[in-house]
This record gives sequence, C-alpha cells and structure tokens, in this order.
Amino acid sequence: MGQIQLNQVTKSFGDVQVIPPLDLTIEDGEFAVFVGPSGCGKSTLLRLIAGLEDFTTGHIEIDGKDATAVPPAKRGLAMVFQSYALYPHMTVRKNIAFPLRMAKMDQAEIDRRVENAASILNLSDYLDRRPGQLSGGQRQRVAIGRAIVREPAAFLFDEPLSNLDAALRVGMRMEISELHKKLATTMIYVTHDQVEAMTMADKIVVLRAGHIEQVGSPLELYRTPRNLFVAGFIGSPKMNFIEGAEAAKHDAHTIGVRPEHISVSAEGGEWKGVVGLSEHLGSDTFFHIHETGLAETITVRADGEVAFRSGDTVYLNPRADVIHRFDANGLRIG
Amino acid sequence: MATQHSRSAARIMMAPAVVLLLGWMLVPLTMTLYFSFKRYLPLRGGDLGWTGFDNYVRFVSSSAFWPAVQTTLLIVGGVLVITIALGILLAILLDQPMWGQGIVRILVIAPFFVMPTVSALVWKNMFMDPVNGLFAHLWRFFGAEPISWLSEASLPSIVMIVSWQWLPFATLILLTAIQSLDSEQLEAAEMDGASPLNRFWFIILPHLSRAVTIVLLIQTIFLLSIFAEIFVTTGGAFGTRTLTYLIYQRVLESQNVGLGSAGGVYAIILANIVAIFLMRIVGKNLDA
Repeated sequence: MGQIQLNQVTKSFGDVQVIPPLDLTIEDGEFAVFVGPSGCGKSTLLRLIAGLEDFTTGHIEIDGKDATAVPPAKRGLAMVFQSYALYPHMTVRKNIAFPLRMAKMDQAEIDRRVENAASILNLSDYLDRRPGQLSGGQRQRVAIGRAIVREPAAFLFDEPLSNLDAALRVGMRMEISELHKKLATTMIYVTHDQVEAMTMADKIVVLRAGHIEQVGSPLELYRTPRNLFVAGFIGSPKMNFIEGAEAAKHDAHTIGVRPEHISVSAEGGEWKGVVGLSEHLGSDTFFHIHETGLAETITVRADGEVAFRSGDTVYLNPRADVIHRFDANGLRIG
Repeated sequence: MATQHSRSAARIMMAPAVVLLLGWMLVPLTMTLYFSFKRYLPLRGGDLGWTGFDNYVRFVSSSAFWPAVQTTLLIVGGVLVITIALGILLAILLDQPMWGQGIVRILVIAPFFVMPTVSALVWKNMFMDPVNGLFAHLWRFFGAEPISWLSEASLPSIVMIVSWQWLPFATLILLTAIQSLDSEQLEAAEMDGASPLNRFWFIILPHLSRAVTIVLLIQTIFLLSIFAEIFVTTGGAFGTRTLTYLIYQRVLESQNVGLGSAGGVYAIILANIVAIFLMRIVGKNLDA
C-alpha cells in the first residue's frame, strides 16, 4: 500500500518560496513522474515527500495517515539518489543489507532478502565487490537493490538515469518500468527528460517554478496540453507556436502544431517556406523551415527518405484536426 | 617530460636543490655516526679515540633508556588518542553551518601558529602554576586543593600541552575530509533508518579512515622529537624524560658527545621505521 497525498504543501528557503501551495495525490501502485525544467522544484518536492526537507506549511498523508512529522526512516519510503549514494567502503552485499541491518532484522532474513533482490536485479555475481569496481549501470542497480529490500510503501527516484550514457539509459528505463510491473509498488520518479517521463509514467506531473502546470497520463498531456508551457515541454522536437493573423484564422491568440503533424511537399500547400537546417536521423528527418512569415522557424518532421536541400522552397500542410489553440493568457481553448 | 632533452634539462635544473638538501642531511648524519664510535668528552679530555660499539651498548643498557622509551611512547600515544578523538568531534562541529564560521575556523587553527616554547611557557605559568595559575584558582573556587600539575601529574600535563598544540592540525585535516563526504550518502543512510550515531559509525568514520591514518603517521613523526615543551616545563624531571630528551642530557648535561650520538642513531632508526610506513600508506592512498 502506498497512496501519497499532499495537502496545501508549501516550502520556502528563507524569503524565497520554492513551492507555492500545492495539492497532489498519487494513487497506490502508480508510476508518477515529476517533470520540468531544472530549478522547477521537482527535486525539492521529492525531498519533501521523503522527509529530507521539512514542510513550511501543509501536510502529507501516506496511506491515509498523517506523516508530516514522521522522520524519513519511519515513512516507509525508499529513495534512489542521482549520485546513487552507495557506501564506498562496503561491498554490494553490505550496501544492500544496510537498511535491514539498521532495522535489526535477523541475519537469515537479511541474507534471504539480499539474495532475492540480487537475483531480481542480476547482481548475484557482484555481491562481494565494492561500488568502485562496478560500472554505472551496475551501481544504479545496487542503489535500486538497497531500496527494494526494505519492501517500501513507495520508491522515490531522483533523476536516477542522468549519470548514465544514452544507450544504458534506454536499458535502465526499461528495467525500471519492468520492476514497477513486477513489484506493483508506488513509484515517484523525478526527471527533466520528457522522453523518460513519456515512456515510463502512468501519471505525469509537469512542474514549473513549483506550480503544477498539468497532471495526466502521457497521452493526455500530448494530446491536450492545458497551456503553452506544457505544450512546449512535452513532445520532441518542440511544438511550433504561431501567433498573429494565422492564429486569428482559428479564433486563437496562439496556435500550436507539432512537427509530426505537418506534412511537407514540393508541390503546394497552405504555408510556404525555405528549408534551412535539416537533421537526418535515418528513420526521420527534421527540417527547419524559414521565411514562412509565421514564426522564425517552423520545425517539420518528415520521413527519413524525403530529400530537400537547404535553400529549397517547400510547402507545408498542417493537419487541421490536431491544431492546438491557446488564448492570450496561454491557456488552451477547447 | 617526454623527450630525452627535456628530461636532462629537468635533471640539471633540479641538481642544485638536490645537492643542497643532500649536503644538509649528509653532513650532520656523517658527523653523528662519526662521533657515535668515539669516546668524546669535550670538558674531560676531548677526543679520547675510537671505542667501537661501546657507546651503543652503554646507551641501551643505561637504566634511563627503557623508561625514556616508555615515556616517549606514552606521550606519543596519549597525544594521538586525544588529538584524533577530539579532532573528529571538533571537525564534525565545525562542519555544521553556523554564524561566523570563517572566524571560528581561523581561531581553531590558531594554536598551531604558536611556537612550542611559547605555548609551553604559557601553559606552565598561566594555567598550571600551583599558586597563580588559572587551574589553581578554579580548584580553589570549588574548594579543592590546587594540583601542582608539572610535578604531581607531569606526564599528563605534557600530554595536555602537546595535544593542545596538535589538535588544530588534526582538526584541519579531518575537517577537510568530512567536507569531502557526499551529503547524499548521509541522506541515503538517514532514509535507510540509520540513527545519527549509526550514521557516524557506519558512514562518517569509515570515510575518515584515510585522513586518520595520515594524521596518525605525520603526528607520530613530529611527536617522537618533541623537546621544547619538556625543556621549558619539567626539564626532564618527574618521569618526563623522553628519548630525545635523554640524548640531549647525554650530550649537553653529561658532556658525552659519543654516547649522545649513539642515542641519536637509535632515534634515526626509529624515525625511519615510522617514515617507511608513512610513505607506504600515503603512497597507497595517492594511487587509489
């Protein structure tokens, strides 16, 4: 069981209010991802839930019980840190066993749980090594192992993949998702990487300057972003925003069209422009189109085989059914 | 320093310093060795010829030798225990965020800048004097009989003075070591349910082990040769005669240069044994 509920939580460091009053509920067994640009307060929020920081006001309930004054160790939450925070002088076995040893569990039970965690995470062969002798991915798994053995009510991940290289990151992303399926425990995951958020989350919480901009499933956020910030943050490459006369045609202050919703052709279409930079990924090609008279640059996704060269004149056709409309305050219309 | 040319240039440039240091070391060493094999009594006939290993045998078989070794070890051991234990505590305290941190840290280091002779005299006259010392006043304030520190508790007194001098050094090294501890490790331990005491025992102390070894070895080398503190306080009386002090007495008070030199050679051997350990451990730490 691990339902976590935040009621009117605020946090200030000195005079600076980092988290304005905030309400949030994370259901039992949910994979919630806090995402936002750096400095948006997502790590602070996680540390507040963990109990590593005190609330300025407000309170937290874990499983329906008020846990505001409960020290971190007693909240039944386990945390995986960005730097892994392994104990360098202990072997992997001792690292994983540490929370159990602190709980004064008997040795047979400790051994059983450590072996079990090690086999889930493919660490059995490394139990007698020290963290310094492991690769980044293995260290990450040890950190997760140390969290698993406690059988916590919820896992907290603080940007756990940001120190790994790109290939390993994709692998660990899948492993964590699979672990979530296997354990069915609540997980809260902090990241600045919207790809991680989109691929892993049941529920994404988009934060900006401590405010929750939107909460929803990945596809909800992708399909119906509540405002300009969420629209620009979710999706890669970024959504194109167009203001002025073209937006007025749609009765909006700003319209947004995702690069994947614009088709590009040499023959003819609604908008006209000149190809600037093109990025060839093999499967896809991203064209940056200039001189459209709509915005400085319009990014367009095309098939990998479409070959336009820099300087070519092209025509763009946005898909009318997926044009996002926003009012002057940046809020979604319709 | 890759090419042949730059290597030889480097050698030439280092040569003056190497020659100077080598001379500085070799001349006294050779003279000590030379005198240790001589019967040389400056005020009682001067150079009386070679005596072989006589001086070495006499130095060790003297009734003052083993007590002196024991005193040396007691002082070194006592100071090490006190400075490292208090050093760790002070380092943890100074690591806490507080108002006026910079000034407090400088003040803590201050005793290290005081010359040994001066600090020993200050302790002797201002604190430990049985009539006018601060301790005497304190004792009398509580109605107790003042202790004449340097005669009744001479060894502890000297350990106290020397510890006071070396505490800043230990604190400084240990403080920098504590500051290099990743705070996420402590937070992880906190989440793992470790009490503050457990965090100290399982996380902070193992992290400090290298720094403690370095403090231990560097201090040992310097503490083996403390002299001024004994000279200005007890003058080697009341069981405070260390090996260094014994050598001094043999040379200057007994005017027996040969015997003192033999003692000096023993001291060199002792210091070198410690130095070898130091080099090995420091070297290992640099590798890791």
